[in-house]
Amino acid sequence: MTAELNRRELLKAQAAAVAAATAGIALPASAQPIPGGVGALEIKWSKAPCRFCGTGCGVMVGVKDGQVVASHGDTQAEVNRGLNCVKGYFLSKIMYGADRLTTPLMRKRNGVYDKDGEFEPVSWDEAFGLMAERAKKVLKEKGPTAIGMFGSGQWTIFEGYAATKLMRAGFRSNNLDPNARHCMASAAYAFMRTFGMDEPMGCYDDFEAADAFVLWGSNMAEMHPILWTRLADRRLGHEHVKVAVLSTFTHRSMDLADIPVVFKPGTDLAILNYIANHIITTGRVNEDFVNKHTVFMRGETDIGYGLRPEDPRETSAKGAANAANMEPMDFEAYKKLVSEYTLEKVAELSGVEKSFLEELAELYADPSRKVMSLWTMGFNQHVRGVWANQMVYNIHLLTGKISEPGNSPFSLTGQPSACGTAREVGTFAHRLPADLVVTNPEHRKHAEEIWKLPAGLLPDKPGFHAVEQDRMLKDGKLNFYWVQVNNNIQASPNSSNEAYPGYRNPDNFIVVSDAYPTVTAMSADIILPAAMWVEKEGAYGNAERRTHVWHQLVQAPGEARSDLWQLAEFSKRFTTDEVWPQEILDANPAYRGKTLFDVLYGNGNVDKFPRSEINPDYANNEATEFGFYIQKGLFEEYATFGRGHGHDLAPYDTYHEVRGLRWPVVDGKETRWRYREGLDPYVKPGEGVKFYGRPDGKAVILGVPYEPPAESPDDEFDIWLVTGRVLEHWHSGSMTLRVPELYKAFPGARCFMNADDARKRGINQGAEVRVISRRGEIRSRIETRGRNRMPSGVIFVPWFDASQLINKVTLDATDPISKQTDYKKCAVKIVPVA
Amino acid sequence: MNMRRSVPALVFATLFCAGTAALAQMASDRSPELTGPPSPMETIPAAPVPKWVTDDVRKMRAYPEQPPVIPHSIEGYQLSVNTNRCLSCHKREFTQSSGAPMISVTHYMTREGQMLADVSPRRYFCTECHVPQADVRPLVENRFKDMSELGFKPAGSE
Repeated sequence: MTAELNRRELLKAQAAAVAAATAGIALPASAQPIPGGVGALEIKWSKAPCRFCGTGCGVMVGVKDGQVVASHGDTQAEVNRGLNCVKGYFLSKIMYGADRLTTPLMRKRNGVYDKDGEFEPVSWDEAFGLMAERAKKVLKEKGPTAIGMFGSGQWTIFEGYAATKLMRAGFRSNNLDPNARHCMASAAYAFMRTFGMDEPMGCYDDFEAADAFVLWGSNMAEMHPILWTRLADRRLGHEHVKVAVLSTFTHRSMDLADIPVVFKPGTDLAILNYIANHIITTGRVNEDFVNKHTVFMRGETDIGYGLRPEDPRETSAKGAANAANMEPMDFEAYKKLVSEYTLEKVAELSGVEKSFLEELAELYADPSRKVMSLWTMGFNQHVRGVWANQMVYNIHLLTGKISEPGNSPFSLTGQPSACGTAREVGTFAHRLPADLVVTNPEHRKHAEEIWKLPAGLLPDKPGFHAVEQDRMLKDGKLNFYWVQVNNNIQASPNSSNEAYPGYRNPDNFIVVSDAYPTVTAMSADIILPAAMWVEKEGAYGNAERRTHVWHQLVQAPGEARSDLWQLAEFSKRFTTDEVWPQEILDANPAYRGKTLFDVLYGNGNVDKFPRSEINPDYANNEATEFGFYIQKGLFEEYATFGRGHGHDLAPYDTYHEVRGLRWPVVDGKETRWRYREGLDPYVKPGEGVKFYGRPDGKAVILGVPYEPPAESPDDEFDIWLVTGRVLEHWHSGSMTLRVPELYKAFPGARCFMNADDARKRGINQGAEVRVISRRGEIRSRIETRGRNRMPSGVIFVPWFDASQLINKVTLDATDPISKQTDYKKCAVKIVPVA
Repeated sequence: MNMRRSVPALVFATLFCAGTAALAQMASDRSPELTGPPSPMETIPAAPVPKWVTDDVRKMRAYPEQPPVIPHSIEGYQLSVNTNRCLSCHKREFTQSSGAPMISVTHYMTREGQMLADVSPRRYFCTECHVPQADVRPLVENRFKDMSELGFKPAGSE
């Protein structure tokens, strides 16, 4: 108390001193004219979505003299209604780090390209020239499977779509995958397996309608702050509302929890089956809903961990070869399967108090309570991530709590266009736009028709997924590789053994497009400077199916160009004769002698809209360069895939006028809840609920057991490592670390550790330690009292800090179905730095 | 890779057709926190934990909408469903005795824009927007320009 009083006195004294110091230059209080009139003060305000997470907040961006000078939450944006988180409030500064890349750079020695040379500035012509030469050589010697691209959930919709066309139709390679593979592949696979259609049935309006919220492996207070404000608004404003937070450690979201649940890593699977068991044994199954709208399936078990095939954990896994299998089962068999997950057994396994487990189960079981389940990386970055996603659908389906306001299993996303680009456009190694897949001949035919390309052109075998791309680069099977809008050397698991060696493999040629010199860019052979965010026209799709579009507001520095320009311009360097098989050209001679640009982007669709359709108040560099409104052309061609098939998008121009719309947009109206009559135009009168993504119109309830993580602590590596993010930095920090206020708010990664665990090892708060696994190590500083309070036996290290590359330590185990990495569970030891 | 701290920017820039921003920037001090250590997979010492800025001097905002940063330590502050230590000084009713700045009027508005008699629950968690600052130098200069430096003159200046 004394300290507080002293501080107040000090504050008052300081305020007085400041007032005195400024007194001499104080402005007179009377009205004075503004030189040049009020017009001289005006800022040009335009809308844009935030550049960071998948929440998709609307921001107003203020431009003056060609610079972004301010930004604030858009009061008209329904997602955030005027609010931003601290990162969003500092968007104005993300483009202005002094080390922006402004010219292409190539590794050279003695004036020529050399993989072991130093970076030197080159022209775009020289950079593209060498890239094309290398790509053609690889195509000729090894074929399309040796060419690959790693893209992003931060690509604009046009960029992802242009990339999927260039890779699949141009180079005939499906080795295209987004960094979103690391982020929400498990969620996407679970949607397809359960509902036959990707993405949530509900939307953010559920926040204002739910009576309970359950966070499964999601620290929304830090990772989705604006959705957290909506949740907090509901919880604090309505006394009956309850919040349950499940995690492997105590974090900021627990501050609001009525039911805080800290469980042992991996045992969430058992808790999910316990809840299903509780619902069944207490007679609260919504039988009418279950009978009409669901089918039961049994999943393959003992499915391995997505490690390299020769790993003993793979060779001994009986179900690894058929990991995605599902066989029909009936309710009785499902009931029997979950019956072993009793309260006693699950409390013992998970380390959670029985009363908390019961309270949690009751939130779902109580028919009068509307429940919104929310999850992100805790579920998705999980060696059984697809199961975990499906098991939470099980609970919502058993109780019929789905597809209506407030009853909503909701998968959140971490990137601004994870849904819009990675999933909807289909930049995964196995996908095509609008949930189509490369393995289905009808789907390929449909894509070839829309793209006006020869029949049989598209490759039918899924390409390498993210972790497999790293392995194939290292093994020398993937030799030409282009990385856009991501920092994979920082993000990829087991990076010093599995990712970095592939970039420096002398057989490989690596191109990285980025706005800043990231670790990944510095590991490349050519760096291409990228225009970012409002330096280009863009479109993103957020986690609630909302598509939103923005104008180019400022010019990128130097010679930086958008990824869209890079992809389309590069395609001019190839002719069909150089990259397509003879038999296809023989059967379709009209395609001979054309460039890939001609056939992919000059195809009558993409170049259909003249530049005169662009709002004259805004620049559009790509349209100026190519001579047509390329963004609109790409969007409209892409939208053809989904219109009339449950993925309807509005006409492109509409999106410039509104604060985003949630698809399907039918008759000019967005859809907030899918699969329910009266809310979803695709459900016909009299059908009630229909999960129309699947042929039988029914959703799948999946019977699967608890299975242990790929690696657990033992005598030597005696502690669990969990990685993740912090509020102030987004992903690898390449933008937020360059904003001084955000950097200073969280200036370096820390190793969060339980105080007793630290004491036992003779480690004090702030001491330097080595975090060591079987794969690698970093040095960090111990934090025993910060925002994350760790239980004994678990540490947390965020991954934003390039000087502490925690992914040297992590394990490259994935969910065997989704191929998404588990960044939340591996074994390490902590050793003080002597 | 040769872009280490030891390479003087000037020499580097002179050797290869000087003038491009990329060269200057890459030859200048590289920060491992931004671009990784010189050998990307190298394990390097972790920087000491810096101290927080606790001088209580209000810092000018970069633009009017910016949430002010916190010029004091908030270590050990409780910010939970039951307690909000920040509001015990910054809420309207307490500012006269605390001398702390009052939270902005926007913090009393609902999602629909209506003013409430007390802080809106959607604004309850202060640290979503307001952050303390460590006493460290920025990793890299930020060339964001303050709007007041962009050529216009404020009222009364002539």
